[in-house]
Amino acid sequence: MDRKEEILLISGVNVRKCMRCGKCSGTCPNYDEMEYHPHQFVYMVESGNIEPLLKSESLYKCLSCFACVERCPRDVEPAKIIEAVRLSAIRQKGANHIKAENVPELIDEDTPQQLLMSVFRKYSK
Amino acid sequence: MHRIGVFVCHCGTNIAATVDVKAVAEAVREETGVVFSADYQYMCSEAGQTLVQDTIREQRLTGVVVCSCSPRMHEATFRKAAAKAGLNSYMVEIANIREQCSWIHKDMVSGTEKAIILARAAIAKVMLNTPLTPGKTPVTKRALVIGGGIAGIQTALDIAEAGFDVDIVEKQPTIGGKMTQIDKTFPTLDCASCILTPKMVDCAQNEKIHIYSYSEVESVTGFVGNFTAKIKRKARFVDEKKCTGCGECVEKCPMKKVPNEFNLGLDNRKAIYIPFAQAVPKVATIDANYCLMKKNGKCGLCSKVCGAGAINYDQQDEIIEEKYGAIVAATGYNPIKIDKFDEFAYSQSPDVITSLELERLMNAAGPSNGTLVRPSYLSKQDDHEAHPKTIVFVQCVGSRSTECRKGSKEYCSKICCMYTAKHAMLIREKYPDTDVYVFYIDVRTPGKLFDEFYRRAVEQYGVHYIKGMVGKVSPRADGKLDVQGSDLISNEQLHVTADLVVLATAIEPDKTARSIGTMLTASMDTNDFFTEAHPKLRPVESPTAGVFLSGVCQGPKDIPETVTQASACAAKVVGLLVKDELTGNPCVAHSDELMCNGCSACEKVCPYGAITYSDKEFRQPDRTVAIRRVASVNPAVCQGCGACTVACPSGAMDLNGFSNSQIMAEVDAVCR
Amino acid sequence: MVYSYFPGCTLKSKATELDRKARLCAAALGFELEEIENWQCCGGVYPMAKDEIATKLSSVRALADAKAHDRPLLTLCSACHNVIKQVNNDMLKDADIRTRANNYLQLDEPYGGETKVVHYLEVLRDEVGFDALKKAVKNPLKGRKVAAYYGCLLLRPGAVMAMDDPENPSIMEDLIKAMGADPVVYPQRNECCGGYLSLDDKEAVAKRRNKIVKSAADFGCDCIITACPLCMYNLAKNDCDVPVLYFTELLAQALGVE
Repeated sequence: MDRKEEILLISGVNVRKCMRCGKCSGTCPNYDEMEYHPHQFVYMVESGNIEPLLKSESLYKCLSCFACVERCPRDVEPAKIIEAVRLSAIRQKGANHIKAENVPELIDEDTPQQLLMSVFRKYSK
Repeated sequence: MHRIGVFVCHCGTNIAATVDVKAVAEAVREETGVVFSADYQYMCSEAGQTLVQDTIREQRLTGVVVCSCSPRMHEATFRKAAAKAGLNSYMVEIANIREQCSWIHKDMVSGTEKAIILARAAIAKVMLNTPLTPGKTPVTKRALVIGGGIAGIQTALDIAEAGFDVDIVEKQPTIGGKMTQIDKTFPTLDCASCILTPKMVDCAQNEKIHIYSYSEVESVTGFVGNFTAKIKRKARFVDEKKCTGCGECVEKCPMKKVPNEFNLGLDNRKAIYIPFAQAVPKVATIDANYCLMKKNGKCGLCSKVCGAGAINYDQQDEIIEEKYGAIVAATGYNPIKIDKFDEFAYSQSPDVITSLELERLMNAAGPSNGTLVRPSYLSKQDDHEAHPKTIVFVQCVGSRSTECRKGSKEYCSKICCMYTAKHAMLIREKYPDTDVYVFYIDVRTPGKLFDEFYRRAVEQYGVHYIKGMVGKVSPRADGKLDVQGSDLISNEQLHVTADLVVLATAIEPDKTARSIGTMLTASMDTNDFFTEAHPKLRPVESPTAGVFLSGVCQGPKDIPETVTQASACAAKVVGLLVKDELTGNPCVAHSDELMCNGCSACEKVCPYGAITYSDKEFRQPDRTVAIRRVASVNPAVCQGCGACTVACPSGAMDLNGFSNSQIMAEVDAVCR
Repeated sequence: MVYSYFPGCTLKSKATELDRKARLCAAALGFELEEIENWQCCGGVYPMAKDEIATKLSSVRALADAKAHDRPLLTLCSACHNVIKQVNNDMLKDADIRTRANNYLQLDEPYGGETKVVHYLEVLRDEVGFDALKKAVKNPLKGRKVAAYYGCLLLRPGAVMAMDDPENPSIMEDLIKAMGADPVVYPQRNECCGGYLSLDDKEAVAKRRNKIVKSAADFGCDCIITACPLCMYNLAKNDCDVPVLYFTELLAQALGVE
């Protein structure tokens, strides 16, 4: 199974449904923090150009806020594609984006448990 | 002694690629009754038809089976060919080995096997066919047009021009439809009213045309050439014949706060109103939901001031009945409701509007007398600058969307690209200090002088076209609108601070289309557009004989296309009305009175009201006479649907051409 | 009415006020929260991957427990609500996930999405009713201008969460009205606070925070309410000095149950 197939399987998304309107990137609240934007994730996965995505910090900038999923006129669910690419990256050996030993310096007294749980779910396998 | 000929068509490769046509012809040659069997490349071609005709004569055929496409496609062709060769038309049967076989099977083996089975079934059936002779029915030389927009108007004018009477039934108080609300028309930018209102007046003045405004079709019975429609003339509480349209009543009416539907609620009208100055008929209508007299019996001002004595608070709905030979559906469209697309903030800010609302805001007869102002200024919700300096147009709102949102449409609404180019151009022309942005997915401009028009908006008028989609419109506390969208060419997210956002809202068939479709037994697609008899070759006819389609009720289209189709539709109507009589369908039901037990089951299921019961005298085996209640079928009304034959418990009902014994013979042949 | 209650990890530690006041208000309004025994953390974020079930199991256990008691499952934290409601939808609609989760868990009775998942706010609206709630208010919050912050988790995906219109919600505004205060509607109320980015990209979250709080402040709010401890963490220390409260804190004030 190649990377594209793996990502399609993890996401359950049919990228062919995309009509290239760009509404996902028009609606993304974290657009400016991303090198590759939601519509590019969909397009690049469809065209099999996945390596640049796997190496990009953009993987860790998606907020999973589902704005793109809610507003996509073709029901493509870009957030699920981004999540699948991220999983494909962090499931590799030693590829965890956040390591437990680095966490203490990043938290403060108010940090909710929920944040740590979410971060480990999103950034580590 | 049966002498059956079987003709197997290749349909080019449509059939021959998946069905071994020679093997089919070979296999059926040995069937009982078959004296001739052959295959040919295109059986429907002139040479193919000649082959059928020559064989009928040479082989003295008593029956013909053509293995080809659907009977809906070419049954009539082969029946006509057989008749010319002296064989009764109804001795021809079609085995559908294309739609029901080659197109749905992938491998030659199963395709061929099924084609042979279908051919055998048709042979078994044709053995039991009997020659049938169609009856004749007269044609009522009058047409009914449902809907009085530009489509209905054009169709009616053309039918009247050909010399036939035509009635327009319009549910609004005036004819004219959506076009009355449009300011200018693309691609020539002439004023919509200036080209529409003369046609409305023509309708009113043409003695062949009768307008039933503020009326709805209640029911339709009958069949092609012989429809009967019941039309409800809704009480408008004003005598149409007396009202002069002077407007004195409107002037004096104290009930001022009724949302004005003509201006899409952007301003108010009175409880008694004439929709707009050029209304046809120019007659006042009382809105009973708001009229103080109708609600609590206190007022009566309009009645007092009416010099013509036209006000009649006691007027009742009236049902009239009329006969028609043809019926035209011209029920039109509406923009969809966009409250479920509120990322664009339509229900959160008055300054987010639909394109149709913009038409009213730009129209001289609109709520702002043609001065483009922000609706929130108009409704005095704020006192910021009236004129919008930055305007953003959003394309494809609700169109080209999967069913993920309530009300969204999978189709392209077709008219939006052009009217947005028009709006953008007109705004830049009249207010050059305005910045205009258009967010688009594609710009679709197929049409004469259409792309040139769009390019003019870009090149001459400097409209900013941005390839991308708006993701969110945020109404700010200072009255501005933050528009966030993507610019796919520069790969950026854009933030435009706008004063007005215009949504190119998807259009959908009018809500009444579905019930009218049911009334007319005219088929519709899943979007509630009427279906054509053939999408390419019979685009203005419904599959239901005598029902014709005009305008957007058949699919999205602009004014030039609507008018073209409306005239085409009229030509088809005239082609029907010009006939004195129609050849009927002899494949109708009949009842065997000796077997009928008078149970009424058939009468209850008949959708056409073709079955009646009467008492008849019958001689009993013991030679006494008994009176029994038995069914009989009116062959002129029966459409041959066969529902009665299935409902009949005693087997007395049977259908010519599709008799119970013929169908059982087909089943036997399939199961052999 | 008794609800099986899933408090979630943060409500037992940093967000105790969200939990404590919710219980007090429930008692005052006549419904009961019975905490599920041995509940486990929902994971904080809905696991979207189709090829794993481990991350969904804690939700399924809680859902199955509520089903065993024949009660709806109530949540308070937006994140727990989002995760559990979406997992429940998977168990109902995705045969593959349902089969694999049940094969692993070996529950007494297979779980197939039968439990109704409700948010505390939905109970206030649909069971108690805002009219009844209004009558129960002892200290109307007269003159208070309250901006509801929904964030993303309560509303999206709209088809699954089905709590309110995801683009123009009203459930919290109606609650604010019922408490006697004036709701402040502002466009950023359903845009993400920055969520879990606040661990390693605090700058990006600061941008989100400022945009949201400024949008609410521009419309003249004097406080913001939320149902989510992470939203609270991300929005609380803002440049506009707008206080951020859990909606249950305001409700407890209004009902006079402190």
